[in-house]
Amino acid sequence: MTHRTRLVVLIAIIVLALGAAGGYGVWAYAQYQAESRAPSQVPVAASAPAGPVIFFRNTASGQGQGQVASVPAAAPQSPRTLTPQACDRVYAAAGERICLRTKLGLENTTDEQILDADWHPLRTRTLTGLPSRARLSADGQFAASTVFVSGHAYTGGFSTSTEISATGGESFGNLEDYTLEVPGATLTPQERNVWGVTFAKDGDTFYATVGSADRNWLVRGSIGKRMLTAIHAGVECPSLSPDGTRIAFKIKSPDPNLPQVRLLAVLELRTDQVTRLGEGRSVDDQAEWLDDSTLLYGMARGAPVGDSDIWSIPADGSGNPSLFIQHASSPSVLRP
Amino acid sequence: MYLSLSDWRGRRTEPPPGSVPAFRLSPVILALGITSLLTDISSESVAAVLPLYITASLGLSTIAYGFVDGIYQGISATVRIAAGWSADRTGSRKWTAFAGYALSAAARIALLAASGFGSLAAVIAVDRVGKGIRTAPRDALIRLAAQPEHLGRSFGVHRMLDTVGAALGPVLAFVILLVIPNGYHVVFVASLAFALIGVAVLGLFVPGARRQGQDERANQARSARRARPHWRDVNSPRMRRLLLAAGALGLLTVGDGFLYLVLQSRTSFAPEWFPLLYVGTNIAYLLLAIPMGRLADRWGRTKVFLAGHCGLLTAYAAAALPWAGLPATVATLVLLGAFYAATDGVLAALAGLLAPDRAAASGIAAAQTVVAVARLISSTGFGLLWYAIGSEAAMWAVAGMLALAIPFAALLLRQPAPQTAASTVR
Repeated sequence: MTHRTRLVVLIAIIVLALGAAGGYGVWAYAQYQAESRAPSQVPVAASAPAGPVIFFRNTASGQGQGQVASVPAAAPQSPRTLTPQACDRVYAAAGERICLRTKLGLENTTDEQILDADWHPLRTRTLTGLPSRARLSADGQFAASTVFVSGHAYTGGFSTSTEISATGGESFGNLEDYTLEVPGATLTPQERNVWGVTFAKDGDTFYATVGSADRNWLVRGSIGKRMLTAIHAGVECPSLSPDGTRIAFKIKSPDPNLPQVRLLAVLELRTDQVTRLGEGRSVDDQAEWLDDSTLLYGMARGAPVGDSDIWSIPADGSGNPSLFIQHASSPSVLRP
Repeated sequence: MYLSLSDWRGRRTEPPPGSVPAFRLSPVILALGITSLLTDISSESVAAVLPLYITASLGLSTIAYGFVDGIYQGISATVRIAAGWSADRTGSRKWTAFAGYALSAAARIALLAASGFGSLAAVIAVDRVGKGIRTAPRDALIRLAAQPEHLGRSFGVHRMLDTVGAALGPVLAFVILLVIPNGYHVVFVASLAFALIGVAVLGLFVPGARRQGQDERANQARSARRARPHWRDVNSPRMRRLLLAAGALGLLTVGDGFLYLVLQSRTSFAPEWFPLLYVGTNIAYLLLAIPMGRLADRWGRTKVFLAGHCGLLTAYAAAALPWAGLPATVATLVLLGAFYAATDGVLAALAGLLAPDRAAASGIAAAQTVVAVARLISSTGFGLLWYAIGSEAAMWAVAGMLALAIPFAALLLRQPAPQTAASTVR
């Protein structure tokens, strides 16, 4: 090949490669525009439901995709009402709302917004990392956010970062900096990750997961004492029942060939009794209590990417999962 | 007296004292630089959106992501030595590098189809293997194509182009996602396009076995090709001392991320400014890559390599000193960029020259692997220190150890006394 031929071949490759990529980009853009302008694939109600509601992220394609929606708790299959607020994770309690939303930029950051009952922002903070879990205390006074932090080249990669703050503004700091007591194990602070907070009703106690390598513990935390105490091993992403007696969580699959699989279980706090629930699929969510006997959780639909359904299951291990809200994720029950 | 390795190299090419041939950028190095630029656009655009894609779109759990990221960090060092050795042994550095680039491009195709945890982890692993394969043979090609008097400058040109690509990649991804919020696959397709063009530039414009007779320097390379590498080529006392020095210094090179965190905690700027630190370091690196390479050629590569680590030491001090603020931040970033400019390409030049031509890729691979492994260990160790004694104290502790390690490295890299040289150079 002469130099000239090589140049011609290269130019042909450049034109083909960039042309194809550009063409695909234009097609994807048109597709995105058409999808976001199209009417929602699910029925949408015009006015907000009265009485107890369930908020969630609407993952149905079409208008309102990615926005917070609500349905009556008593009739979850009825048409949803859209709010103007877009969130990746949402939670509602009393008159407060928390919304975690990915902020596009060269670094992955998350906007943590606290909003009032009409979705007017009260305060906004930027967290370094990607949205993972959000919770409020039942009285709406405390907020907890967990983000995924992906590291720089040599910092050893991934971790989570969880912070508790008053919805009024004051931060109680990163939970990694709290004193940690794990009976029978010594963990250097560098090895620990904390995620998935759930609040008790006393205004100080909370529960969370502390993870280190492949071990996890349920910890009981105190905001005032800045302290975490491990109370049970093998627990991930706790969620305290409304009556405060049980914790729904994720447990590793007993099958060692499925290291990524997480199954739902419930821990009775008084007796330390663990009950496995009848959901055979791996769950990647922090469960939410519909009431004292039923759990809700999101489950990815697989295709299209990013779409999800909310399922429900009896919390006593007695029944099978059933589809609760289609095209929805991040359930949050607003109790009266 | 302190003699640099460029003087030692000079014995072999025998330029008349005082006269240095004018710098002429080899088209091979330009082509390799453009390949690296395109490949870095490709890989950095994907790296920028991958955490977002995995956690937000695929919904993989915390643990899964940690595992994927671990793969991402760890793999390339392990295949690097094997690839360097095999490139020397088969004499086909171009095609070994080509295989590495092509493998990473193939991984981009697979990325479009990957949807679950297992397939995604496999795709990332393949990409990292590709990176491990290509680096040392590519640097060996640069080393063999460059004028020996201008080796540092030649590596500087390559590293500058490489860093331009690394800076453009995330911007490309950012712009695509800004226009098409769910456009991850558009990022992947664009990344694939750049990867393919990069592979094409390498395949078409870097001479392989047959065409290398075309110019004079290549003849030297061809004679190098006939000889197979020997173990002693990369196990000479000089090479061992270089590896020891680079390893010791690497152990005290903490990750950029930690320095940025110290800066962030001192100046309390908002997290959204955090990426600008990375951008600032990259800009300093790409601006200084060529000047540092030239300085290395003139003043001595060992000296510049050591001076670069003095720059790193100063960067630690600038980050940890009590006078925080914009000047300290800018000084830290410039010093960090200068450190990379003075050490990355220069180390490849040093290692490439210590090994004979027939073992150029193996020598470079050995040095790069030692440094990569040392830095991984360093970051883990520094993380522990960070939490044990606090960020600033940890920074000062590492700075103190580095201040001791630099003279130690200088001692190791000193020109050996004549009788030692006679016994080592066969």
